[in-house]
Amino acid sequence: MPKLDSTRYTILFAAAVCVVCALLVSVSAVGLASRQEENARLYRQKNVLLAAGLVEPGADLPAAEIVRIFDASIDIGLIDLATGRKAEGTGIDPKSYDPRKVRNDPALSRAAPPNSAGLLRLPNTGVVYYVKGAGGVEQVVLPIEGGGMWGMLSGFIALDRDGNTVRGLTFYEQKETPGLGSEIANPKWQALWRGRKAYDGNFAPKLAVIKGTAGPPEKDPHRVDGLSGATITSNAVSRLVNFWFSEQGYGPYLKLFREGGAA
Amino acid sequence: MTASEAILGKAERHALVTPVLDNNPIGVQVLGICSALAVTTRLDKALVMAIAVTIVTAFANLAVSLVRNHTPGSIRIIVQLTIIASLVIVVDQFLKAYLFELSLELSVFIGLIITNCIVMGRAEGYAMANPPWLSFLDGIGNGLGYGLVLILVALARELFGAGRVFGVQVLPLVQDGGWYEPNGLMLLAPSALFIVALLIWALRTWKPALQEKD
Repeated sequence: MPKLDSTRYTILFAAAVCVVCALLVSVSAVGLASRQEENARLYRQKNVLLAAGLVEPGADLPAAEIVRIFDASIDIGLIDLATGRKAEGTGIDPKSYDPRKVRNDPALSRAAPPNSAGLLRLPNTGVVYYVKGAGGVEQVVLPIEGGGMWGMLSGFIALDRDGNTVRGLTFYEQKETPGLGSEIANPKWQALWRGRKAYDGNFAPKLAVIKGTAGPPEKDPHRVDGLSGATITSNAVSRLVNFWFSEQGYGPYLKLFREGGAA
Repeated sequence: MTASEAILGKAERHALVTPVLDNNPIGVQVLGICSALAVTTRLDKALVMAIAVTIVTAFANLAVSLVRNHTPGSIRIIVQLTIIASLVIVVDQFLKAYLFELSLELSVFIGLIITNCIVMGRAEGYAMANPPWLSFLDGIGNGLGYGLVLILVALARELFGAGRVFGVQVLPLVQDGGWYEPNGLMLLAPSALFIVALLIWALRTWKPALQEKD
């Protein structure tokens, strides 16, 4: 047996430990990847339902139930993000499409115009979720994302048929400071968004997370309570919401939606 | 000596049982307090965390003990850390695959098992000097001892903070027409410090041998 403290043996031993550990980690990561992706897809679907108010926050639903509600009440639409029109002939399967995944594919995305939401690239094709009711489309749920304090924030915002009134908001992926910025994932804070208006009278995006407390939606339609101790996160949410409602985001699409041409 | 004694003889039972009470990692060794504050607002979170730590401690001890006679002393800490980190990643992958929403709530704290003093402490303090099977049992014992404290703290916090046990409403809340006014402090981290301190006090009163002589 070689000497335990020789440099040669130490390096060989370290390399062997690394190889064994790397094998263990990669086998488990690859072996479980498909299950994890399925979970992530289900979780996104659940959050679409949460934003639309079709599922109560905190409800512990089995996967089959989420799929059933989703399939029964949601129509998925693909849009050309730049024009806002329905996307045709993209060959994309709307059910499995995640616009966040194509960001690095030059054929499916483009460089984002300079923006304050922290986005470098935008997908060419966006996905929207129509919530069907007795009288046709009742809401539209839009994916939103942007840079937060420590990482990307991903969520959904639901708008009423008027393309202006917020019906719900969720963040399903965030890395904000636990206990402070991570309060954006708190259903109590998200409930404050309900009833606020995304646009002012001239259809310029106007929502803002303010410092302090905003009034009720009827009196104070464009402002939402800030999160104490989380100014950077609060501002990031304001910026990303306004970006997605601007001409560079869903602006063109929502214009058509309001006029009734996009559904 | 019969076969069953060889598997769970006196030394083995000692390795498995003492860390649960007499040498409890939180209560006596005062290790791993940080995660005890973070994941104990609800029992289901505490239970998953306890299982995860038990698995990691047991297998880390086993692996470290298996290679203990071949590990160069100069890199032993980093070898232990590599083994522990790999096991934690594997546990995290399993949680993401089978308990997805719970894994989101536990978020960074699963990853932080890597830096949990208990795991490293047992690997360096016990597994480096003992045979694999004993080390494995010591890991399980320490995980159980940690889990016991975690679950007691979570039970107190969930019951008094939200009136629930494992998410089932036990004390009807005033806001839902019941009589119990939930104690909001229980849901914040400081309450765990108080409860852990009370548990340490209770343990040392029960077992005076644990008290240090001044």
